[in-house]
Amino acid sequence: MHFLYPMCCFNSLLNLTCQNQNNYIQDHLKSALFDAFCLTADVFNRPLCSLISLFFHFFSSFQMQFMLLFSRQGKLRLQKWYVPLSDKEKKKITRELVQTVLARKPKMCSFLEWRDLKIVYKRYASLYFCCAIEDQDNELITLEIIHRYVELLDKYFGSVCELDIIFNFEKAYFILDEFLLGGEAQETSKKNVLKAIEQADLLQEV
Amino acid sequence: MPTVSKGDGMRGLAVFISDIRNCKSKEAEIKRINKELANIRSKFKGDKALDGYSKKKYVCKLLFIFLLGHDIDFGHMEAVNLLSSNKYTEKQIGYLFISVLVNSNSDLIRLINNGIKNDLASRNPTFMNLALHCIANVGSREMAEAFAFEIPSILVAGDTMDSVKQSAALCLLRLNRTSPDLVPMGEWTARVVHLLNDQHLGVVTAATSLITTLAQKSPDDFKTSISLAVARLSRIVTSASIDLQDYTYYFVAAPWLSVKLLRLLQCYPPPEDAALRSRLTECLETILNKAQEPPKSKKVQHSNAKNAVLFEAISLIIHHDSEPTLLVRACNQLGQFLQHRETNLRYLALESMCTLASSEFSHEAVKTHIDTVINALKTERDVSVRQRAVDLLYAMCDRSNAKQIVAEMLSYLETADYSIREEIVLKVAILAEKYAVDYTWYVDTILNLIRVAGDYVSEEVWYRVIQIVINRDDVQGYAAKTVFEALQAPACHENLVKVGGYILGEFGNLIAGDSRSSPLVQFNLLHSKFHLCSVPTRALLLSAYIKFINLFPEVKATIQDVLRSDSQLRNADVELQQRAVEYLKLSCIASTDILATVLEEMPPFPERESSILAKLKKKKGPGKLPDIDDNRRNVNGSSEHSENTDTTSKSSPSLLEDLLPTDRPRPSSCSPAILAARTMASAHPFTDILNLNSTPSTGPNLLVDVFSDSSTSASVDVSEDNFSRFVCKNNGVIYENQLLQIGLKSEYRQNLGRIYVFYGNKTSTQFLSFSSFVTTSDILKSQLNVHAKTVDPVIEGGAQVQQILNIECVSDFIDAPVLNIQFRYGGTLQNIAVKLPVMLNKFFQPTEMTSQDFFQRWKQLGAPQQEVQKIFKAQHPMDTDVTKAKILGFGVALLDGVDPNPANFVGAGVIHTKSTQVGCLLRLEPNAQAQMYRLTLRTSRESVSQRLCELLGEQF
Repeated sequence: MHFLYPMCCFNSLLNLTCQNQNNYIQDHLKSALFDAFCLTADVFNRPLCSLISLFFHFFSSFQMQFMLLFSRQGKLRLQKWYVPLSDKEKKKITRELVQTVLARKPKMCSFLEWRDLKIVYKRYASLYFCCAIEDQDNELITLEIIHRYVELLDKYFGSVCELDIIFNFEKAYFILDEFLLGGEAQETSKKNVLKAIEQADLLQEV
Repeated sequence: MPTVSKGDGMRGLAVFISDIRNCKSKEAEIKRINKELANIRSKFKGDKALDGYSKKKYVCKLLFIFLLGHDIDFGHMEAVNLLSSNKYTEKQIGYLFISVLVNSNSDLIRLINNGIKNDLASRNPTFMNLALHCIANVGSREMAEAFAFEIPSILVAGDTMDSVKQSAALCLLRLNRTSPDLVPMGEWTARVVHLLNDQHLGVVTAATSLITTLAQKSPDDFKTSISLAVARLSRIVTSASIDLQDYTYYFVAAPWLSVKLLRLLQCYPPPEDAALRSRLTECLETILNKAQEPPKSKKVQHSNAKNAVLFEAISLIIHHDSEPTLLVRACNQLGQFLQHRETNLRYLALESMCTLASSEFSHEAVKTHIDTVINALKTERDVSVRQRAVDLLYAMCDRSNAKQIVAEMLSYLETADYSIREEIVLKVAILAEKYAVDYTWYVDTILNLIRVAGDYVSEEVWYRVIQIVINRDDVQGYAAKTVFEALQAPACHENLVKVGGYILGEFGNLIAGDSRSSPLVQFNLLHSKFHLCSVPTRALLLSAYIKFINLFPEVKATIQDVLRSDSQLRNADVELQQRAVEYLKLSCIASTDILATVLEEMPPFPERESSILAKLKKKKGPGKLPDIDDNRRNVNGSSEHSENTDTTSKSSPSLLEDLLPTDRPRPSSCSPAILAARTMASAHPFTDILNLNSTPSTGPNLLVDVFSDSSTSASVDVSEDNFSRFVCKNNGVIYENQLLQIGLKSEYRQNLGRIYVFYGNKTSTQFLSFSSFVTTSDILKSQLNVHAKTVDPVIEGGAQVQQILNIECVSDFIDAPVLNIQFRYGGTLQNIAVKLPVMLNKFFQPTEMTSQDFFQRWKQLGAPQQEVQKIFKAQHPMDTDVTKAKILGFGVALLDGVDPNPANFVGAGVIHTKSTQVGCLLRLEPNAQAQMYRLTLRTSRESVSQRLCELLGEQF
């Protein structure tokens, strides 16, 4: 019976960690979780597969966490999340971030620290493109990811504007998926991405 | 481009979107949406089977409504139908809906997985890609279970199309992040590494991301990627920009791939192989050289892409931390950026330099840019850039430039953004204390801080200045004079009144000789502020007044008048009233002697780490504070010391310090006035004592030392000569002189230990009244229980007796218990005190783990405060076997084949204490050439990392 105890303890900690989105608390929970993990592993005298995997789930890092496109009026035009988050949390993040970014002056630098993340953003005409990356990630290359995506949209729609993205949001998603997958650049060649989209469009005619 | 048949005929969708856009109000929009939702619901529920086109249209509408921020709880089934369709357009929309609105409904997941399975098997690359994108976007565990085995084979199969390979690689990466246990390692891993050689740069780009993630998980399996990555990188950086065709981005050859390759290399230490190493160094040099070349384009994209690669190269250089020339070059390059016209570059340069400042090779080089950084602080218009400048100044500060940096930060503080003021105050306070050569400067600095940003000066800061003034005789007179002058200002901050009140109450006598600051003048000055202050400050001032009565009998009458006034004796605040009543009574009835005893000068505070640092760390959060000190002492915000206040002996007046948990005199207590007077200021010494570990006792003047032991042992020097020899072993001789030899045998299990102490009489005469007992400092008492069995009072000449000590570790600790021995030999009393080798590492239980587990956990413990590192010169010959024995003796399991470099040692273990268990990972990297070691400890608890590093760091 007694070995159930650390198990329960671990599970409840894990649940807490999942639920609590406050970073400060999360850090503490994480360290408690690690201790609990050691304890549990010790009790069983061998690392438990499932425990490890749950464990990794929370500690592994993602390159890009999410990408948001929003207008100067703060209307969200496109959202892409590369981390599993609840809808509630997504909305909260979006609200906070849109506010923060819109409050910045034009000549300010394109990077800012926000929670534990780094935000890289750039404004194109009426649209803000905004990516969240991790502490160790490269800001400048992320800025150019944004630019390349804008180039792709521009080339595809022919001088893209906000309306194109509103009325053809599904295309904007398809192009993004060809370019970025799982938060990493999949294909950085403009020609290749557009070729893939072009082929898909041809299939539609069939 | 094909003329985009936008929305390809989904007119209904376009109309709906237009409708929504034309809505004049939020209410109208919601109304329109609800109408549409009702319509779609009825269509989906209707008897008539919908055709594919209508389904697609409605699902698209739902998607749009969801993206507007409304909740959608239906339509999943229709989406699943769509993705199983044979029509590409329908399939595509079905997948999109599922990717955006994942639903964990298990029935649905099975159906989705089914659709994905069919598409993966279809051998139609477009369909396969859609399916892979969906897996990568959703990345759920169910999907990992279903497909983790299949995707590797798609990835490495010879006939897979390039674009499918790319999707498969990143899909696998995502699954590996969600469910690493489900992604099987195996034969395919070797073939994945060879994708780095692929003809198609897109494949290489995607594969590099995957390999980086996998290499973090199990570095050994992917070691071969180092040479391939270096080769690839070398080909890219030396290529002419047109060679790579479409992978050249604004005249920069494959910037994304270069960054990823450099990132992959950061998973490993510098390559062992000399040729490879020099090839990599060449690459890095080329990248640095290119930064000096004139730009090939004026476009910002060109410079961004080029510099993205450059910054990543600099990260790698910092990560390796082994090539002084490269580090210095990197630093110079960043120095140029500090004055670049691009705000982004200035920001990044400041950020990057912060890490360079902590490398011993480049610290000096960073320091040369001090003027530029200071200038940035003054002229940058973007607060986030100024913030980086403050961080960098803090990181580059050392004794040589402290005065300048502190002065600049102080002057910046006057105009700084409100959001960062408190942090700057803390930083200034820390630097001023840490690098103070003369304490008059320190006092000036803190008083300036209060003047400039009084509201942001937290308690910790002004407590600290008082502690330091009390502990240092040389600065007391100066401090009294300075606060006296500062208080002259017509409007001064309340914090200044607090500091002033406290210091004049203690040391006002030192400046009383000057008629301009005679006792009465001092008192009037303080009292002029009294009515403007809050209750706690007034309470503090009342205590200062009673101290004045003791210091200056000539103002006694004046002060008594003040205390007697109605506004004091009948004050609505019970605390103030009580102080007034009791102080007045005390001053009336106590004789001068008693008064002098009660109101004696405060004794020095135990030396301890600044509480301010703890505060800053807390404020900045983990990972945000550049490490400015290698031998930072350990800060513990623990509650376990609260028992310290439970001392029962009330006879000794000096012990009062330990008795009082707060500044509030308890109304029922027998002599609250005395208590209050002794603790004049407020909670400050006590919050501090209660919250922080004091460092191991260093001298007899420390309270802990004087009062924790019996008076005899306090005067004996504690022998700790052999202490460190016991870190990695349990048995041996701990102490020996002409008379006595003390040997130890110890055994530990989990958080318990037992030590057998053997006392050998080396003489031929009896030892009489032999006694030995163990003492622990106050702090240690709550962390470690030591119980000693009694021992025979007589030891015959040449005989040996044994004593058993039982030990229990309650929580992690730093201090060591002391074994005190007394006996009579030939009529003289002998006193011996020996530091017992009970260290934290004794409570280790070794833990075996695979290299994969090790590195994963290692990565997880990556917060700067969890890691402690020490680089030191070898003190013994560097012998592998001896080192191994020592690490094993330290208590951890030695893990073979974990570190990619076989010369390195890694170990893992769990520290058992009664309250918790702390997992620890360690890594020792010998450098035979330099005769140096680098020791890195990672545990989930900062104090543990710190202590273990101290202990083990002295063993080699």
